[in-house]
Amino acid sequence: MAKAPLPLDQMTYEQALQELENILTALEGEARGLDETMGLFERGKILIQRCQDLLDKAELKVLTLEETQAKSKSGEEE
Amino acid sequence: MFQDEPYFHPVVYSVSDLTAYIRALLESNENLMDIWVAGEISNLSQPKSGHIYFTLKDINASLRCVIWREQAWRLKGALRDGMAVEAHGHVSVYEQGGQYQLYVDGLRAAGEGLLYQEFLRLKAALEAEGLFAAERKRPVPRLPRLIGIVTSPTGAALQDMLNTLRARCPLVEVVLAPAAVQGEEAPPQIVAAIQALNRQVKPDVIIVARGGGSLEDLWAFNDERVVRAVAASKAPVISGVGHETDFTLTDFGADLRAPTPTGAAVLAAPDIVDLYTELQGWRLRLVQAGHDYVNEGNMELSNLTYRLERQSPLWRVRQGMQHMDHLLQRMNVAVDHYLAFQKTRIVTVQERIHALDPIRVLQRGYALVQDRGGALITAVKQVKLNQEVAVQLADGSFAADVKQIYDKDGKQD
Repeated sequence: MAKAPLPLDQMTYEQALQELENILTALEGEARGLDETMGLFERGKILIQRCQDLLDKAELKVLTLEETQAKSKSGEEE
Repeated sequence: MFQDEPYFHPVVYSVSDLTAYIRALLESNENLMDIWVAGEISNLSQPKSGHIYFTLKDINASLRCVIWREQAWRLKGALRDGMAVEAHGHVSVYEQGGQYQLYVDGLRAAGEGLLYQEFLRLKAALEAEGLFAAERKRPVPRLPRLIGIVTSPTGAALQDMLNTLRARCPLVEVVLAPAAVQGEEAPPQIVAAIQALNRQVKPDVIIVARGGGSLEDLWAFNDERVVRAVAASKAPVISGVGHETDFTLTDFGADLRAPTPTGAAVLAAPDIVDLYTELQGWRLRLVQAGHDYVNEGNMELSNLTYRLERQSPLWRVRQGMQHMDHLLQRMNVAVDHYLAFQKTRIVTVQERIHALDPIRVLQRGYALVQDRGGALITAVKQVKLNQEVAVQLADGSFAADVKQIYDKDGKQD
């Protein structure tokens, strides 16, 4: 939690899950202040919601690399 | 029947006997038990029974062949007349037809034998080099963000994989690096696609895939350049080439082998249902952590409250009051005990007094003697002859005169 977290709407599922893991490790570990704890808890809830949204809205994105065939055809190897 | 038959042969065989003899001969010959035969398929017949019949021909000869239904289902592609094949099986006799035939249990396209030799040679060489070593295998991430796919953009394999990913884990992004997957141009294109993915999009995992086909169709995936590119890929590679039973060198070089393209997609990404379940687990853990914190806080707070109360004047007053109550109770008990004891003592005294009551003594037959003045006479010395005394008994008294006086020994005074 040292580095500034990404904006929520830019977070991938994996990143959100990773931060959630950190938060839970903190919450389940040493005792800390009420404000900090409540902050972590709220953040955890938001992250879970983010994950939930990502799963709910997930739609497979497919991109195609254009140049691979062209390149190999012209024999280039960069 | 013949005009000049010189003599009768001493033994005459039936056709069945001879045929059985020939059959036994053929079936006992080691060369004929396990043999590969190359030729061209003709007179192909595939009746409903499921057995397959054909003739294998070359320029000079033909050979009747049969594939039993039990073996026929294992054939990878459809057979056609004119197809050049290599058939494996054993030679025996179809007795009713009087024909020797090859009973086929394996079939491959002509030339596959050579390809297979080459496959084994290259596999041994790359294996010796350590390219397939287990230590080289990298773990495939459990939840990839970006999956690179190297396959034909027009093949069914790609649609199978995309459908699988769409259904299982639409969360991931897919970058397709198109490449021909069969023919001369396939190996360099596959290599270029793997390299381009690693260089340009740095996927978390790469799937190299192709649908099923003949050994020749899949040959690009046995190309040394492809195998090396797979092994050298920065991102871990999952191979999904052909069918369950097909093994290519790409499979050996990959970090993970899937039996099919669909299987590769399954291995590449988790199922969204599992993710939901996992998320639910996280939610519970978070709530639990919150509860635990609050519970611990409450416990600590009540502990502190107790400690604080002990320090307050009110607590001391209450303590004192309680102490007094306690003393009072002790006092009450002590007093009760004392009173009870005194009561029993009074009873005892009463009983003793009662026992001493003179009336009770008189009832037992004794008498009380008094002089006229009412003084009690307890010794003979106190009376004189003819003195009047009062004698009291239990139920009354009478007056009496002293007639004689005796001492203890009965002597007259």
